[in-house]
Amino acid sequence: MREITFVEAVREALSQEMRQNEDVFMLGEDIGVYGGAFGVSRGMIEEFGKERIRNTPISEAAISGAAVGAALTGMRPIVELQFSDFITIAMDNLVNQAAKIRYMYGGKGSVPMVLRTPAGSGTGAAAQHSQSLEAWVAHVPGLKVVQPSTASDAKGLLKAAIDDNNPVIFYEHKLLYKTSEHVPEEQYSIPLGQADVKRSGKDVSIIATGIMVHRALEAAEELEKEGVEVEVVDPRTLVPLDTETIINSVKKTGRVIIAHEAVKRGGFGGEIASTIVESEAFDFLDAPIKRFGAASVPIPYNPTLEKATVPSADDLSAAAREVVSYAKQEV
Amino acid sequence: MSNYTVESMDREKLLDLYHQMWLIRFFDEKVDEFFAKGEIHGTTHLAVGQEASAVGSCAVLEPKDKITSTHRGHGHCIAKGADVNLMMAELFGRETGYCKGKGGSMHIADLEQGNLGANGIVGGGFAIAAGAALTSSMKNEGYVVLCFFGDGASNEGSFHEALNLASIWDLPVVFICENNQYGMSGPVKEMTNIEHIAVRADSYGIPGSVADGNDVFEVMDKVDEAVRYAREGNGPSLIECKTYRWKGHSKSDAKKYRTREEEKEWRENDPIKRMREQMIQSSICTEEELKSIKERAKKAVEDSVTFSKESPEPSLSTLLEDVYAD
Ligand SMILES: Cc1ncc(C[n+]2csc(CCOP(=O)(O)OP(=O)(O)O)c2C)c(N)n1
Ligand SMILES: [Mg+2]
Repeated sequence: MREITFVEAVREALSQEMRQNEDVFMLGEDIGVYGGAFGVSRGMIEEFGKERIRNTPISEAAISGAAVGAALTGMRPIVELQFSDFITIAMDNLVNQAAKIRYMYGGKGSVPMVLRTPAGSGTGAAAQHSQSLEAWVAHVPGLKVVQPSTASDAKGLLKAAIDDNNPVIFYEHKLLYKTSEHVPEEQYSIPLGQADVKRSGKDVSIIATGIMVHRALEAAEELEKEGVEVEVVDPRTLVPLDTETIINSVKKTGRVIIAHEAVKRGGFGGEIASTIVESEAFDFLDAPIKRFGAASVPIPYNPTLEKATVPSADDLSAAAREVVSYAKQEV
Repeated sequence: MSNYTVESMDREKLLDLYHQMWLIRFFDEKVDEFFAKGEIHGTTHLAVGQEASAVGSCAVLEPKDKITSTHRGHGHCIAKGADVNLMMAELFGRETGYCKGKGGSMHIADLEQGNLGANGIVGGGFAIAAGAALTSSMKNEGYVVLCFFGDGASNEGSFHEALNLASIWDLPVVFICENNQYGMSGPVKEMTNIEHIAVRADSYGIPGSVADGNDVFEVMDKVDEAVRYAREGNGPSLIECKTYRWKGHSKSDAKKYRTREEEKEWRENDPIKRMREQMIQSSICTEEELKSIKERAKKAVEDSVTFSKESPEPSLSTLLEDVYAD
């Protein structure tokens, strides 16, 4: 079976879509001959030409706004925002324009655009190039938010994002770009709003997003040796959120750990935790919910400090041991 | 009219500037070397080939004047009087570094010398520079702010907003575009519809001029004029220094967007070589003197590596410090 990297999977999803839909085009900084800051669009300008792989000036406001305007009038633009931190500069077009146009106009018009962007820490790029700001956009009605953790998910979710008639923010974790796995060659779509159980287990549920899915799987591996069965649930999309899969997992295990790389305070984990306690799963909880996210600091440059900022597999293992130490109660 | 020539300038000052040029060159060459070896991590943007715009601009400042810098900021930092030990230690992520190892290459700041900081956000410095100039004017402090930025940055909205603001408030700020022909891979010729970034000054009714950015004397002349103009309360100016970055944009850059011939041409237009030739020609100093200055710069950079390697890593307990001021 063919294995390709996350980068290649994203590129394949983009290329396959562009081959069959003339309305789809890309715009972004250095996506031309340079191939994008992380090599995602490598070779694409050669195949699709510079009309459809539009290398832009360093103008995030204009790029994001032009995507909104083009989407509103019949194109299906895909923006590559070079680092997700720069969403600050694109924010007005996303939050005040793209997200609201259809509703404000009383159900008229739509903004079928995707903004893809690399996020996360772990590369030593420091405070302005390492953030995970997905909770910001998840807060805004009208935007959809996707956060794939594997190459095959990335490919299918990106197809769904491009096909969607709404603005979709699509996060790609930089440390996942080089990970590889089997990815089907043909086009396929993974519906937005469908979580994936990456590993099933009966003792504790770790609900993890993005890179944390991998840390959770590591922790699960570790705990297996100790006789504890960890279930790892990857929501894959924050908006829409598959609450059903999450709630079912919690009803099964009764113990919950939530992990994301973004700062814990105000992070999306709080939304997941409250979704659980507001649901019928509340009665099934045997232990307090444990929530993990980055420390409330800008990402530091020094690699040891940087690593210490975000949750590790060991943090998740320790938390799993703690929650399983609570006695299982009969419901 | 040239005020700054080999003949007219103070000899010691001249030799000091020559030393700074080499210090920048050696510093960035060293960073490149350690980056390749994997001993410096993260990312870094080198100013090799662009020494004259940093050195010439800062040469005309008074100590109280301030600068804002960019992601490609090591040169500005050195030219504004930074200690290379503390800079290198920052790149090594050490506690002794300018930012206690928390900032790295893109965030070195030296507030005591008036360097308000490098910036990881392209265009992040424009409005900050205007704001620092606002303080100068509101508190009557008499300092001028130099705002360094790249050709690519001039396409950010913040450029236009800040120039307009500075122009209507007559702020004492000089916007210095280091046009090195590319913003990452984007050629300035394709990314703007104008020949010179400097013409954008017209839109804001402020003076704009173009300088040969590899001629340290011409840079001094142009920047000095703009600094005086600002100090006298006339408001901002825009100066464009034409130059070239010798290295790739950052750590991994195949440089497919430009030709090796073009690189070669610009390398021959070496700002250090040009300064050296002028000094030798006017025989204000000997080859030996210049050689020893170069050696001194080289040694300072070597020493900065030793200093860095001997410096401790920041302790984990510092992680949560300095998020808020007391
Ligand atoms: C807002 C923002 N957009 C994009 C980037 C990524 N980036 C960093 S440097 C750079 C090129 C900047 O070009 P220019 O302003 O000409 O400066 P130079 O690198 O040539 O010195 C880009 C695109 C960034 N850091 N910040
Ligand atoms: Mg440039």
